[in-house]
Amino acid sequence: MQFPESGTYIPALMTAAKTGLSAPKVPAEIDFPHRHLLGIQDLSPDEITYLLDLSDSYAEHNRARGGKLDIMRDKTLINLFFEDSTRTRTSFELAGMRLGADVINIAVANSSIKKGETIIDTAMTLNAMHADALAVRHSNAGAVKLLSEKVNCAVINGGDGSHEHPTQALLDALAIRRRKGHLQGLLVALCGDIAHSRVARSNIYLLQTMGARVRVIAPPTLIPPAMERLGVEVFHDMRAGLEDCDIVMMLRLQRERMEGSFVPSVHEYFKFYGLDYDKLQHAKPDALIMHPGPMNRGVEIDSDVADDLDRSLIREQVEMGVAVRMACLDVLTRDRPDTTP
Amino acid sequence: MTGKIAFINARVIDPASGVDHAASESGGLLTDGASIVAMGPDIFNGGRPDVEEIVDCQGAVLAPGLVDMRVDFCEPGAEHKEDIESGSKAAAAGGVTAVVTLPDTAPAIDNASVLEFVARRARDVKLVKVFGYATVTRGANSDEIVEMGLLKEAGAVAFTDGRHSVANAKTLSRALKYALAFDTLIVQHAEEPNLSAGGVMQSGELSTRLGLPGIPREAETIMLDRDLALVKMTGGRYHAAHISTAEGVARIRAAKEAGLRVTCDTAPPYFALNELAVGEYRTFAKLSPPLRSEDDRQAIVEGLADGTIDCIASDHFPQDQESKRLPFELAEFGSSGLETLLALTLELVHNEHVSLSEALRKVTAAPSRLLDLPTGRLYAGAPADLVIFDPDKPARIEPDTFISKSKNSPFDGRLVQGQVIRTVVDGRTIYTADD
Repeated sequence: MQFPESGTYIPALMTAAKTGLSAPKVPAEIDFPHRHLLGIQDLSPDEITYLLDLSDSYAEHNRARGGKLDIMRDKTLINLFFEDSTRTRTSFELAGMRLGADVINIAVANSSIKKGETIIDTAMTLNAMHADALAVRHSNAGAVKLLSEKVNCAVINGGDGSHEHPTQALLDALAIRRRKGHLQGLLVALCGDIAHSRVARSNIYLLQTMGARVRVIAPPTLIPPAMERLGVEVFHDMRAGLEDCDIVMMLRLQRERMEGSFVPSVHEYFKFYGLDYDKLQHAKPDALIMHPGPMNRGVEIDSDVADDLDRSLIREQVEMGVAVRMACLDVLTRDRPDTTP
Repeated sequence: MTGKIAFINARVIDPASGVDHAASESGGLLTDGASIVAMGPDIFNGGRPDVEEIVDCQGAVLAPGLVDMRVDFCEPGAEHKEDIESGSKAAAAGGVTAVVTLPDTAPAIDNASVLEFVARRARDVKLVKVFGYATVTRGANSDEIVEMGLLKEAGAVAFTDGRHSVANAKTLSRALKYALAFDTLIVQHAEEPNLSAGGVMQSGELSTRLGLPGIPREAETIMLDRDLALVKMTGGRYHAAHISTAEGVARIRAAKEAGLRVTCDTAPPYFALNELAVGEYRTFAKLSPPLRSEDDRQAIVEGLADGTIDCIASDHFPQDQESKRLPFELAEFGSSGLETLLALTLELVHNEHVSLSEALRKVTAAPSRLLDLPTGRLYAGAPADLVIFDPDKPARIEPDTFISKSKNSPFDGRLVQGQVIRTVVDGRTIYTADD
């Protein structure tokens, strides 16, 4: 794929600035001390709020078809995906392009990693290419952090094993905040494969940091050890767990991460843990439904529920994904005095 | 052949006999060639005999050289991580004069010819005394028992499948029974392999936060329960290697009280560290068994103090950088331990959990008695396998300075007390500290 040179877009931005139509109304900058975005656990409430506010402004910019910006002009984003992904990779790609960056995708299937190159070797290679930001996904927990220690640019964790997926949690929070107006005090149910889910972990940290309460609902085999120690309530009965919930966040059954048998059959799983209107009745009447995608329709979520425009936030989650990734790329690639590795 | 050497000004400690003499000009230890000929507080009272060398220990401790009953020298098969020569040098620097090497090498030490190869290599290197285990099963991973009698004749000191558990109950029960004919010991890595499969650290809050698959404590207790039932059934001699859990200590304690022929050891990581050492994916803290919780660590210390845990071994598993500079799940298990064994064992003394003599027993007389090794004690006529060390000297563990080929220590930067000054094997000094 050919990208037009980023310089092309300066006039567009200048025009935008003149007319005041499309320049994002960015919140006042705060001191963002992180070089990388590896996990929600590293972020303070103020930093999360700032990222959400900035994302919100990009969301409006995108909705208004504000066009390309030059915030990352002459900068390069490399999407390094050691694990297959369509939506997250595309979302990062679009975010980078909207900020005016040059974007390169490296998929593992046709890279030297499959030929035995280690993650450290990969980092060395990337260093030589002088990228400004890396969006990385890897199937092993901690692998993105390991890479971040060896490269001389900003690294955004696009999901590492069952550990964290911070941009997903930010986009989920943004989608919720835009609809509900706030996060504080909400009761959120995370349902499904908690044990293998990085989305669940990042969401738990973010929602709790922002004052929401979190429940997890799953069969006991899909709840990881000492789950209560993370400050959540654990339910094995979905109807009881959904009682009074404002948000019902469904998680994908990650069959590829499962060693051995965690649930006896998809059929049984859907009967007890799949979201349908009958179970949804137990949540608040205005409860919203979310899913990080890709959905297994008929496994963890009924098609009618997923497609219910009044109740489902699923489409907005995807939309907010681009805005959140624009905000993260923006913040992490700003010129900073202490850019020594 | 060296002549007589007088070691003076040494606090001579022999855990086996309870000897503990204060350092003096007139006392110490006298060796002649490869043997100790005299020791005591006043052996040099009547003037020093005609000696080749006088070693002034300047008040340091002189004890039997350490006997490390669980090391991997990676030879044959993984010489890029360690070999008998580099491992022996690392041992000497750690005050260790005898090691027992694991047999799950490539090829495994499951027949006399491989065992003899290792013994020949060790003779050529001629530094520390290298004893070898043989495997329990062919290939260290099968259900077929090795030729225990022939292997024992060839020098195998005991039998173990190393890092593999003998998982098949019938195989272990036969091994325990068959070993009775040769009065030999079966050493087991007690971990139920189905329960631990895929796990990389202790199961719990930390593994959940890190998103890493866990290994529950029960993997150890289930295997111990089964094994101890088989020991009861067969009357065999059984030794559980590197006990890591509170429940594991309790099981061994109960088995000993019930009169079973059971012993166990642990390694410094299990009494000096807990799971928090894993931090944010530190692969040097990826060990097998995994580092456990603080409660477990305290129970291990208690087990050492009350004698439930008989021995301390270094669990020296060298790993090269390529095996450790990986995402946590993909990295190898193991830590380099020979050069930190003494200082970490002395932590138990400085923290007043055990006496100096008792701590030393667990790394000298206890393992050598268990495996019937001709070393680990001080008496006139014994081999002159000695370590001289300052038990109080402060030091910082710096893996970069390790002599071992591998620097994978979870104790990087730890402040300890205790420094080896000199290591002597068969009367020959094989290591002296620089300063």
